[in-house]
Amino acid sequence: MKRTLLVLFTLSLASNAFASSTSKEGEKKGSLKDEIKAYVQHHLKDSHDFYLGSYKEAGKKHYVGYIGLPVILWDNGLHYFSSAKFKHGKAVVQKGSNYYKLYHGKIYITDADGSIVYDADHHPTNEKPLDLSMTKSVITMLLTALFMFFLFRSLARSYGTNGNIAKGIGRFFEPIIIYIRDDIAIPNIGEKHHGRYMSFLLTVFFFIWFLNLLGLTPLGINVTGNIAVTFGLALITFLLTNLTANKNYWAHIFWMPGVPVLMKIALIPIELLGVVIKPFSLLIRLYANMQAGHIVLMSLIGLMFIFNNWLGSSLSFALAFSISIIELLVALLQAYIFTMLSALYFGFAVEEHHDEAH
Amino acid sequence: MEKLLGEFSFGLFIWQTLIVVALLLLLRKFAWKPILNTINDREEGIRSAMEAAAQARQEMQNLQTDNERILKEARGERESLLKEARELRQKMIDEAKEEAKAQGEQLISQAKEAIESEKQIAITSLKNEVADLSLQIAEQLTKETLSSDKKQTELVQKLLKEVDFKA
Repeated sequence: MKRTLLVLFTLSLASNAFASSTSKEGEKKGSLKDEIKAYVQHHLKDSHDFYLGSYKEAGKKHYVGYIGLPVILWDNGLHYFSSAKFKHGKAVVQKGSNYYKLYHGKIYITDADGSIVYDADHHPTNEKPLDLSMTKSVITMLLTALFMFFLFRSLARSYGTNGNIAKGIGRFFEPIIIYIRDDIAIPNIGEKHHGRYMSFLLTVFFFIWFLNLLGLTPLGINVTGNIAVTFGLALITFLLTNLTANKNYWAHIFWMPGVPVLMKIALIPIELLGVVIKPFSLLIRLYANMQAGHIVLMSLIGLMFIFNNWLGSSLSFALAFSISIIELLVALLQAYIFTMLSALYFGFAVEEHHDEAH
Repeated sequence: MEKLLGEFSFGLFIWQTLIVVALLLLLRKFAWKPILNTINDREEGIRSAMEAAAQARQEMQNLQTDNERILKEARGERESLLKEARELRQKMIDEAKEEAKAQGEQLISQAKEAIESEKQIAITSLKNEVADLSLQIAEQLTKETLSSDKKQTELVQKLLKEVDFKA
């Protein structure tokens, strides 16, 4: 785990610096905790730049493998520049007559000196431009999308050259595709209508799975643990469900069959709420699971440095290791659950016959 | 909730949606459709091949039972033919025997009748002969003694009738 090693590297350097003054023992513990907390918080968020790791030397922060990513802003006209220009939030970038500053991962409009005005809760009150930057998450998603495209394109092509039998890595993915069709799509949506939704289910399953797995690599890019990403995915499920829904589905919302008239009226708001809550649960479930996994994992890694002795640190390491393995399972499980529930909602939307016992 | 909304990045949402929708459309055209079609075709192929194999097996079985049936029928036919022939032979023999017997009996009865009639004729002629002979003898004997021929003959005839030649 490269990331772990780099974290270890970063934090050991930091603790070495503190170790020089033994009189500040308590302060050291406190600041180490704060540093780990800040580190975890930073890791969970999307970022405008990319680097493998960082360390402090002589009070200065150094970045390893730093890559600036494109910043795209809409602020009375389109502005774009490399995020390297922010110099990790130290520099103010001037575009036309506007000045921009990066502060805690967000871009604010400032004056020429880059001053940030805070409110009572220490939140910046500066105005924000419309930020359409290609952030770390966007780049990761693009690369994942490209990877997926070439992966499944090659599987589709291998059929042509190999007499309808998958070749290479496709042999691993083909059973998963068949599983999604036979055990997720057909049982939930039904033999007749499942074909319409297969593309979405397959795309979403592999997209979430691969991004979840990427989050577990040393690069640790937490894409699926970002509420904007899960919101986008759930929104597509929501739109697909309601745009392809048949008469029966709407009848169950606005005029539930088989119950008294008063009940029918009482059920309308509840059913309407259900329409929104279903995809909402999708977005929260994925977000919370991935976020929680990352927090636990990062905290356990941080715990090694707080213990700073062979027993506690090795125990934390063992814990972090086992949690990593569980997270591998969770990565697959969450992709499965998202796909499964999407299929279930599509199934509600296209259900034709309905027994009165329901 | 406020923290969640604060974390929500509109730019990321836009990019995410664009990427997923584009990926969805591209994969649908270039990957999922061909892949699912191939899988379906393959499954269809396997299913029809299995069905054809089962059908062939069924046909073979039918053929075999047919063969067996035909063989059995042929055997039965041969059996019945043989039986018929045997019966026919027996019948012919029986008939021939019957006929021979009947004919024999008829011949015997005819012969018996002929013998009987021959016998009757012989007896009658013998009777006549004896009568004649007796008459001649008596004539010779009593040529002179007897006056009336007619009375004598009647007497002799009467006497002869009383005599039973069968005895």
